[in-house]
Amino acid sequence: MTALLQADDVHVAYGRIEAVRGVSLSLQAGQIVTVIGPNGAGKTTLLAALMGLLPARGRIAYDGADLAGLDVEARVERGLCLVPERRELFTEMSVADNLVLGAYAHRRDRAGLRARLDEVYGLFPRLAERRGQSAGTLSGGERQMLALGRALMGRPRLLLLDEPSLGLAPLIVREIFRIITGLRATGVSILLVEQNARAALESADYGYVLETGQIGLHGPAGALLGDPRLSALYLGGETG
Amino acid sequence: MTAELALLLAQDGVANGAIYVLAALGIVLVFLVTRVVFVPFGDLIAYASLTLAALQEGRRPGIVWLVLLLAGLALLFELAGRQRKWGRALLAYGVLPCLPVAAAFLLAGRALPPLVEMALTIGLILPIAPLLYRIAFRPIADASVLVLLIVAVVLHFAISGIALMVFGPEGARPRLLTTASFEIGGLFFPGQMLLMLAASALATLLLALFFGFTLSGKALRATAVNRVGARLVGIRPGAAGATAFLLASALAAASGILIGPVTTLFYDSGFVIGLKAFVGAIIGGLVSYPGAVLGALFVGLLESFTAFWNSALKEVVVFAVLVPVLILRSALQRHGAEEEPEEDGL
Ligand SMILES: Nc1ncnc2c1ncn2[C@@H]1O[C@H](COP(=O)(O)OP(=O)(O)OP(=O)(O)O)[C@@H](O)[C@H]1O
Ligand SMILES: [Mg+2]
Repeated sequence: MTALLQADDVHVAYGRIEAVRGVSLSLQAGQIVTVIGPNGAGKTTLLAALMGLLPARGRIAYDGADLAGLDVEARVERGLCLVPERRELFTEMSVADNLVLGAYAHRRDRAGLRARLDEVYGLFPRLAERRGQSAGTLSGGERQMLALGRALMGRPRLLLLDEPSLGLAPLIVREIFRIITGLRATGVSILLVEQNARAALESADYGYVLETGQIGLHGPAGALLGDPRLSALYLGGETG
Repeated sequence: MTAELALLLAQDGVANGAIYVLAALGIVLVFLVTRVVFVPFGDLIAYASLTLAALQEGRRPGIVWLVLLLAGLALLFELAGRQRKWGRALLAYGVLPCLPVAAAFLLAGRALPPLVEMALTIGLILPIAPLLYRIAFRPIADASVLVLLIVAVVLHFAISGIALMVFGPEGARPRLLTTASFEIGGLFFPGQMLLMLAASALATLLLALFFGFTLSGKALRATAVNRVGARLVGIRPGAAGATAFLLASALAAASGILIGPVTTLFYDSGFVIGLKAFVGAIIGGLVSYPGAVLGALFVGLLESFTAFWNSALKEVVVFAVLVPVLILRSALQRHGAEEEPEEDGL
């Protein structure tokens, strides 16, 4: 079985400084794979490279085909969707408009749009209540839901999530993780970047630990959770 | 000043303001979507007017050479730039701009119905802004606002040079679209003035509907609000930019057709019109469409009233008012960072 996403020896540099240095990882269809690591490890940079937002050296294959030469928009059209760390919402536009634009890559399918919109509103009833409100006036948790909802409107096959729990209250974090694991059942594969290592490993199948641009440990999520080297560093007092 | 005189001046000011409204909307639209201050916008207004006049006089308008030149350059850029999608490049930059040019070669010299003359004028102006975007701005889309502005200024001088060659130094004045006139409540309204007001109001309304209710319009707004977010949902900044410039062309063509019959325009008179519209747009904040409409109307009124007191000073006052307005704006502005559209690349 070929992997849905296969990255081999990926390097990403900001000018002369390499932020990602020879990262290889793979993700099978239907899996949730997590990349954990401290601040500045290069997690966001790695996702940007996978998405095509930053130029990268090395090979990135998605669904068996090399992604080199495909721009961001072409990757979105192929079902690769990113929920970025900074969310990048259309703040001056309504919640509904943000979601409708999320389906821009599938704009010719008008009938599908309605159904998809209802699905996302079903997943996030809070967004349905606020559909007319401008995105800039949403609370942090609601913004996170909108960012996730907008990405789902793009019918992802592989969802790249950059710290979905960032800055959220524990109750909302749990809700977000519940939704993320629920997505797998609908056939979406997920690459989950998190600092909240415990929560991420508890929902993932496989984990990679990224430190200063390089993969240190990696293995099945359960094994990593019990790994003493990891618990000392990241799982310490954290409860998620 | 009597009330009657004030009304008369106001009427004149609003009519001029209506043209500035169209131009200011185009300038704001292009700026929001691409961060380009499109200095040559005013030039296109003058070219539209000169083109319409040439068609009415049975001459082949010089603009055809400008369109052909720009289309050729854009095509070269496309072919040099990428290997894929040659067919689309050929269609968008080779075939489409040449259609109105071909029509101009076929039809020029014959007596044409006014509507055909106007349609042909619009057709000839439409490709210019998108072609300029493709040639000069798209390759440096991520440059700073200042660099883009400098390029826009250079572009203005470059196409002014070409315009002098293809249009010649003579001014032209197309016929009035209508010679009818109306009297309402003691005030005398020439039909042309009403047309200017109506066209301006209609364009504003259509633009509002486009942005509010169509997916393409929302995609343009999304690009203006957050370029990275727009790319992440699959909106190509290049395509959004091309659409914005196409709309700008349409607005410039409409402005030129409307203003031409009331002012003699030369190949280089568009610049000042564009500059005044720009002042209006800045008064309105440069990032707001309603602001641009109000600012442009204000400039029209200001111009008409100062022209009454001292016609030599009318330009001076319009540009001088920019200084207190900018001081006032920066004093009132507490959220300066939000005024500029997203600039960072990631
Ligand atoms: N635009 C940039 N220019 C230069 N260096 C950058 C840029 N963006 C990130 N870096 C550097 O690259 C490294 C990796 O940053 P990155 O944002 O990928 O880390 P991260 O793992 O996502 O961290 P966090 O958990 O804080 O989000 C950091 O040292 C950072 O300073
Ligand atoms: Mg990060």
